[in-house]
Amino acid sequence: MRSRRFLITGLSNYWGGRLARALEADPGVEAIVGVDNEEPSVELERTEYVKVGNQHGLLRRVVEAAEIDTVVDTRLVVDSAVTAERLAHENNVIGTMNILAACGERGCVKKFVFKSSTHFYGANQDDPAFFDEAMGRPHPPRTAIERDILEAEASVAEFADRNPGVSVSVLRFANVLGPDVDTSHIDFFGLPAVPMILGFDPRYQFVHEDDVVHALEHVVQNELPGVFNVAADGVLALSEVAGLLGKPYAPVLPPWGTALAASVVRRLGVDIPSEMLTQLRFGRGVDNRRLKAAGFHYGYTSREAVIALGEHMRLHPLLRSEVEPYRYEREVEEFLRRSPNVRNARPTKVQAGAGPGPPAPPVDHYDHLSAEEIISLLGSLERIDLEALREYEAGHRGRDDVVGAIESLLARSAPAG
Amino acid sequence: MSESARTPLSPRERRQEGQGREAAVPAVRGDDLRRYLPALEPDRRLTDWGRSDWVEEALDKTLVDFLYRYWFRADVEGIENVPSAGGALLVSNHAGALPPDATMIAKAISEEHPHPRPLNITVEHFFKGYPGLSMLLPKVGAVAAHPANVHRLLYDEEQLVLVFPEGRKGTEKLYKDRYRLRRFGRGGFVEAAMRARVPIVPVSVVGAEEAAPVFAQMGLLKRLTGLLYVPLTPTFPHLGPLGMLGYLPAKFKLRFLAPIYFDEANLHNDGALVQTVAHEVRARIQESLLDMLSTRRSVWFG
Repeated sequence: MRSRRFLITGLSNYWGGRLARALEADPGVEAIVGVDNEEPSVELERTEYVKVGNQHGLLRRVVEAAEIDTVVDTRLVVDSAVTAERLAHENNVIGTMNILAACGERGCVKKFVFKSSTHFYGANQDDPAFFDEAMGRPHPPRTAIERDILEAEASVAEFADRNPGVSVSVLRFANVLGPDVDTSHIDFFGLPAVPMILGFDPRYQFVHEDDVVHALEHVVQNELPGVFNVAADGVLALSEVAGLLGKPYAPVLPPWGTALAASVVRRLGVDIPSEMLTQLRFGRGVDNRRLKAAGFHYGYTSREAVIALGEHMRLHPLLRSEVEPYRYEREVEEFLRRSPNVRNARPTKVQAGAGPGPPAPPVDHYDHLSAEEIISLLGSLERIDLEALREYEAGHRGRDDVVGAIESLLARSAPAG
Repeated sequence: MSESARTPLSPRERRQEGQGREAAVPAVRGDDLRRYLPALEPDRRLTDWGRSDWVEEALDKTLVDFLYRYWFRADVEGIENVPSAGGALLVSNHAGALPPDATMIAKAISEEHPHPRPLNITVEHFFKGYPGLSMLLPKVGAVAAHPANVHRLLYDEEQLVLVFPEGRKGTEKLYKDRYRLRRFGRGGFVEAAMRARVPIVPVSVVGAEEAAPVFAQMGLLKRLTGLLYVPLTPTFPHLGPLGMLGYLPAKFKLRFLAPIYFDEANLHNDGALVQTVAHEVRARIQESLLDMLSTRRSVWFG
């Protein structure tokens, strides 16, 4: 099944926004509806923003009214520094249940994509060096955010069991690095020296923010039910990460009483969430081969993602003030989308990243000419231009009479023999 | 920090509470993913397992080479039994306080073998949780003895892996019980080799027991330090932590025995066969040890 009508939850967070933008560039996509209880943080062209929280009754109405066939749930909070524990629980566990309730039971939804995290596996002493998707964690989670992620995934799995007609994909992302995201780990790497627990050099695997969006797109555009780890090639030691960032590492956290020391550090303004503490001690690696086998190509290795982050960190203080942040204004968006007075849509970035667009037609103002005018012009064109024109017309308006005229001319001018 | 139980090298999925329902959304399975292994990045000094050529080389130049050549004066037999390519599981006896046998086997392969290859040494999960050791051991080629790790190394990456099926029972053993093999785990190492369809190469090592003899185990100190075991040796604990490295200059003899091949698929599901092979491997090592001991005239000069 080709996905055409999308619902994106968590539109206002970074991932929802970027995915919506990427989907807007795809002409095969008919409709994109984004829901969230906050306003979008990136400029969107044709995505409809609906301000709705996790109430499943309202969501269900949106889903049915728009005949949504694909739901992409990017809303999961995987960093406990982002929000309070209670709010995170509300969002991750209750929110996921509500969204699943809005999609299920013989509705129009045929595909459900869930953004999860490799925090699912935790970080423990007796972990394997590479978790694959079928492995569970060796011990029950101790931190709230990991419990939430397990519960959310459990309800997604239950949903998949009960709705065999819906293709359910779960993507477990490793720690994300990139210039535009904001995570506890990136703040941590932004410190003048990278703090470490004395006597531990954990293994870390990362994924670049662009690869996160591309992985979501890949799963949306292909039929890939199941669970996939999304983590770039290469598992780095934390000391290696510090080296790539060009920073010294400081083993300042004691191996015993680490949580206590972390709470002191928190007072000093560096937030080290508890799920990050276990990672700083034991590290984690995952097996990323299943998604690669499904045809996905990573743009960055873990090492390249760290280097890219390092470059950004050096440039950021210089460039910070140059770009004005986007603000969502409902009335402006309404005007731009609905008003009959809007003639030129905003400067379009549709083709950005989607490969080179079709070449311009060899006739000036082609798009403003009528069929008769074009046909009268055809006789003056070279064969190569005629072929280009046929491509262009077929790819755009596809008027039968124009294409027919070009084809008859081409047939006439075909070299004899 | 409490010590962890020994992880069996068994394929039985350890189903425990809190594992969630991860099996309900099945991953794409049963395909060969070996060609999707990450490529090596030439600029990196560490492997994905955390192994560092640089640390290994530094340690080799300062310590291992000296021990191998001049202190233990290692004699190696049957090095041709270690395959030049493909995965293989080396199985050895294991004894003594902070036993040097693993390092000597690795050094023997890198010195004597026509195609020197790195050896991955399986260690207990305990070490991952102990400060300092957790940092150092992976750098020199130690890997936690998790069935998934062993399988990835043997099958996917086609590397050499060394296991000590006696595990902690071997290192806790006292000097008076020397060269008497303990129980070989639960045969998990045989299952691992069968699943990966790689040969088992039994190895017998003579000398480690005398190089680091253990006269007693000190329970109280063990509890206080949280270590796996605290032995009483000729130099430890009265010479401090470095006393653990106070090896006596016993003559080392290493013998690599003929490999045992498993060519059929799914042999590992046959529990009886696994146990039979495990016993057979243990018997061969024991027999070889007794043979080597019977011809040894001196502990120090061989």
